[in-house]
Amino acid sequence: MVIRGADEHERARPKGEPMKWYEVFARVSPLALRVWQRNADVFRTTILVNFIPPLLEPVLYIVAFGFGLGSLIKTVPYQGRQLPYLAFMAPGVISVAVMFWSYFETTYTCFVRMYYQRTFDAIIATPLLVEDVIAGEWIWGATKSVMACSIMLVGISCFGLAHWPSAVLVIPLAGLGGLLFAALGLITTSLVPQIEQFNLPTFIIIFPMFLFSGTFFPIDILPAWAVHVAWVLPLTHISSLIRGACLGEVPPHMLAGIGYLVAMTLAAAGLALVLMRRRLVK
Amino acid sequence: MAETAAPLPIEATGLIKRYGSFTAVDGIDFTVREGECVGFLGPNGAGKTTTVRMVTCFTPVTEGRARVFGLDVSIRPREIKRLLGICPQEDNLDPDFSVLKNLLVYARYFDLTGPGIRDRVEELLALMQLTDKIHANIRELSGGMKRRLMLARALLNNPRLLVLDEPTGGLDPQARHLMWQRVRSLRANEGVTVLMTTHYMEEASQLCDRVILMEGGKILLEGAPPALVEQEVGREVLEMWDYPAEVREFVRLASWRFEETEDRLYVYDRDRGRASEEIARRFPHQERLIRQATLEDVFLHHAGRTLKE
Repeated sequence: MVIRGADEHERARPKGEPMKWYEVFARVSPLALRVWQRNADVFRTTILVNFIPPLLEPVLYIVAFGFGLGSLIKTVPYQGRQLPYLAFMAPGVISVAVMFWSYFETTYTCFVRMYYQRTFDAIIATPLLVEDVIAGEWIWGATKSVMACSIMLVGISCFGLAHWPSAVLVIPLAGLGGLLFAALGLITTSLVPQIEQFNLPTFIIIFPMFLFSGTFFPIDILPAWAVHVAWVLPLTHISSLIRGACLGEVPPHMLAGIGYLVAMTLAAAGLALVLMRRRLVK
Repeated sequence: MAETAAPLPIEATGLIKRYGSFTAVDGIDFTVREGECVGFLGPNGAGKTTTVRMVTCFTPVTEGRARVFGLDVSIRPREIKRLLGICPQEDNLDPDFSVLKNLLVYARYFDLTGPGIRDRVEELLALMQLTDKIHANIRELSGGMKRRLMLARALLNNPRLLVLDEPTGGLDPQARHLMWQRVRSLRANEGVTVLMTTHYMEEASQLCDRVILMEGGKILLEGAPPALVEQEVGREVLEMWDYPAEVREFVRLASWRFEETEDRLYVYDRDRGRASEEIARRFPHQERLIRQATLEDVFLHHAGRTLKE
């Protein structure tokens, strides 16, 4: 299979004039797929260590909170009725996985590739450009979310917690959420000087979303102002949409939520490309 | 006529690279001709690696122009890199892959897939004496082996121009000699054009048809190593250490060319050893060493400092 990456338009750039920020978008090419392939090969090589154990984590959450806490709580208010806690919580755990898998791939793992292994330097010595690398990393981050969530979806289906055929929509939702958080991860990676400094955005942004985005408890029980804040967080929309797909019903703010997520993803991806290029090319 | 002549591997004019207020490369012109091995020789920070990074489309040119095989580095980076084999200063092999997988994945970036590439990989590993390591993980390789693997990788796409940035930095003498041997045999058997950088004058003397001495972002001078040495400092150098000030004064008054570093005095005497005799007569207890002049002496003479900081 041959993937051609076309050169940008031939035009003389005036002496000393740097590239305009928007010109990076035209520099992405199908060769980005080779970066995706390379990451997929590493993934296959290290699957036992990198993929299997983290999948067990949601199982523990479901057992501990779902069965453990669920035996105390029994049901939670959702959309004007009482929903068994486990049925509420399982889609929330999948949503959290969407966020974690893509975000951590394009932060810590990407940083190791970029800075410690110098993998990007190796790739840039070939017909690929920096923009191909960034795009490849972005799509790969989302791919990890989709892979993990697909397996988890099968898992919760075995417990009767997924309503088919609507549950199949979890896959594209995981893809969209994966693209969003992969882009947010790349933005962070473009900004932190050292790997230790990922702790700050992770604690300030990711962790609050993990807890307060309607993942482990319905946000409706929070005070009104907190509910408004929660609906600004992207994970709230993702968990709401995934919950709708798993329960087989239309979630609140569905179309607005999808539109919001798509817009945010496009903006984040654009910003990620510009900022990562700025970091990688001096 | 100019239009029908094949484009030069590298043609750079007025090349400038600035990082903010710092100028790393300060307006240099140079060419590399087909089949040549050209080496940029200079201390760390001279601008050699930055120059190479501009030519290989790693970093944008601030001012000036560089053409590789007639293609402008600012306009046609992908096509240029298809023709290049780049071996950077620091190893960047994939620690998750075996030697074989590293090469296959790298070849894939050039759209080189299929059974033919496996043969090419084996051919290159044999050339670099790494055949028995084909399935080894990268972590099992020594520093010298990793360098040879980096060189093998740079040759996967049959490049027309091989770019080596400090090819033997940090290697032990045996590994360095093996590496030089490989590069020399590549040039002898396949006529590969080479652009390299180094701060080891011995390496430049061993490998390069032409050296370009660089310091502080500028080119000091260039030429074929033996001719350059002969022309700039002569054949022999008289080296002295632990000397009193009178010795230096004596040398100065005798109008012999000399250079002085912190602890050494070098006298360049074109008069076949007369300086040594006269110094021996005047200062019989002064230790003296007469040795061949090298590129190090040329550099010292022109830059006022040694290649090693």
